[in-house]
Amino acid sequence: MQYHTPDSFEDAVAIANAATGTTRFLAGGTDVLVQLRADIVTPDDLIDIKHIAGTHDITHNADGSWTIGVAVTGAEMSEHPTLKNDWPGLVEAMDLVGSTQIQGRATLVGNLCNGSPAADSVPAMIAINASIDITNATDTGTATRQVAAADIHTGPGKTSLTKGDVISAVNIPAVQPNSGDAYLRFIPRTEMDIAVVGVAVNLTLEGDTITAAKVVLGAVAPSYVTVTDAANALIGSTLDEAALDALATAASAACNPIDDKRGTIEFRTQVSGVLAKRAAVIAYARAKGANT
Amino acid sequence: MSMIHVNTTVNGDEVDFVCDPRETLLDVLRDRLSLTGAKEGCGTGDCGACSVTVDDRLVCSCLMLGAEAEGKSIATIEGMATTEALDPLQVKFIEYAALQCGICTPGILIATRALLAKNPDPTEEEVRYWLAGNLCRCTGYDKIIRAVLDTAKDLRADAGEAR
Ligand SMILES: Cc1cc2nc3c(=O)[nH]c(=O)nc-3n(C[C@H](O)[C@H](O)[C@H](O)COP(=O)(O)OP(=O)(O)OC[C@H]3O[C@@H](n4cnc5c(N)ncnc54)[C@H](O)[C@@H]3O)c2cc1C
Ligand code: FES
Ligand code: FES
Repeated sequence: MQYHTPDSFEDAVAIANAATGTTRFLAGGTDVLVQLRADIVTPDDLIDIKHIAGTHDITHNADGSWTIGVAVTGAEMSEHPTLKNDWPGLVEAMDLVGSTQIQGRATLVGNLCNGSPAADSVPAMIAINASIDITNATDTGTATRQVAAADIHTGPGKTSLTKGDVISAVNIPAVQPNSGDAYLRFIPRTEMDIAVVGVAVNLTLEGDTITAAKVVLGAVAPSYVTVTDAANALIGSTLDEAALDALATAASAACNPIDDKRGTIEFRTQVSGVLAKRAAVIAYARAKGANT
Repeated sequence: MSMIHVNTTVNGDEVDFVCDPRETLLDVLRDRLSLTGAKEGCGTGDCGACSVTVDDRLVCSCLMLGAEAEGKSIATIEGMATTEALDPLQVKFIEYAALQCGICTPGILIATRALLAKNPDPTEEEVRYWLAGNLCRCTGYDKIIRAVLDTAKDLRADAGEAR
């Protein structure tokens, strides 16, 4: 295994494109090292992106949007003084990843690129329309393209990234007035477990009425599911009982889960509806200005 | 296999070592630097027995490469007591019998010191969540939690007197 520490994305791309064997990037290493130790994946080339300038920065841009560097850890997101005011659901989702020790290392991009369909931050990123900057070589040098976070994960262990693709930033849009996001997951214990169901909700109000909504499920299908019917159940409502019930029905209907010892198909399907309701209630309260 | 030469700081001392790129920081601490206080309970980030701080950030040394230590400042359990005295947390852990076999203890002490540096007045719930990644198969946790809360109380009282 060759360990590389490029100091620019251009160099990282060049190393990745020159590599002929198994290549991994090293962000927090909380997936890469587990796989290395278990002899599941021993990369021929391991490219540590943490020496690249800017990768540790959380930037609030002039237009209100945020740029999160690819080496920013969960702990750094939680400690940021204002990020969670804008996007509490995103920050709480990332904060659920692992223990204090894991939080000290784990990143959003690692969570996304590991390819698990149960990664906690991914539904939250998709629900708030996050996008991902991908840098790769072109005929004339390197170029960066922007891809929706929703279009990265394609199936268990699979992403749409191709050879030489290096994620160079996570873009989080400016928060709209009267908006709120929330993420909830079910696990059989209170900490340190992988989601059996994860639900992210992001919604915008005009007065008491929901005018825009996005509902995203994790861990209940081979990939993340953006449930349009669930969003439609919310839009135009004031989150009354009927809307909540329609939301739950739509969320459950969108599930195509696995059956295992941690959750049966029936359980995951029902819990998706229950959690979607609870997440919607939290997101609604946040859109109303609640500091929860 | 090309070896990597790494310069780092461990418990305030500058050290350098040579390691295989696949070696973890835990391997390096234990097998190359003879600092065997950090334990390998699982090697997969689940148990926290290998906890150290890197630039004051609590991490599992089993989930970091030795090569990543270049230029960093690492603190392990070996640096906790001075030659004169145990750390107040260590004193309380003995007083409360917050350890039995002791395998988890170095990790738990390093983790709780990091907690108290960040939050001198944690609630019981905050201590329990902070330590969710530190497993103990002996004590049932209760004595650990009480030792931490009592240490925090003493340290706050000391800080008050010093003022
Ligand atoms: C004890 C433990 C508990 C955990 N609990 C949870 C949990 O509760 N919820 C959860 O969702 N996950 C959990 N995880 C999994 C893991 O911590 C997360 O997926 C984490 O976010 C991974 O981030 P990382 O920075 O450590 O990734 P790494 O291990 O560094 O990388 C992971 C993958 O991302 C790729 N990658 C990294 N950076 C880039 C880049 N810039 N461009 C392209 N590809 C890149 C790597 O090639 C690799 O394939 C847990 C892991 C452990 C060990
Ligand atoms: S040995 Fe590192 S967490 Fe168990
Ligand atoms: S004292 Fe034995 S594992 Fe904690």
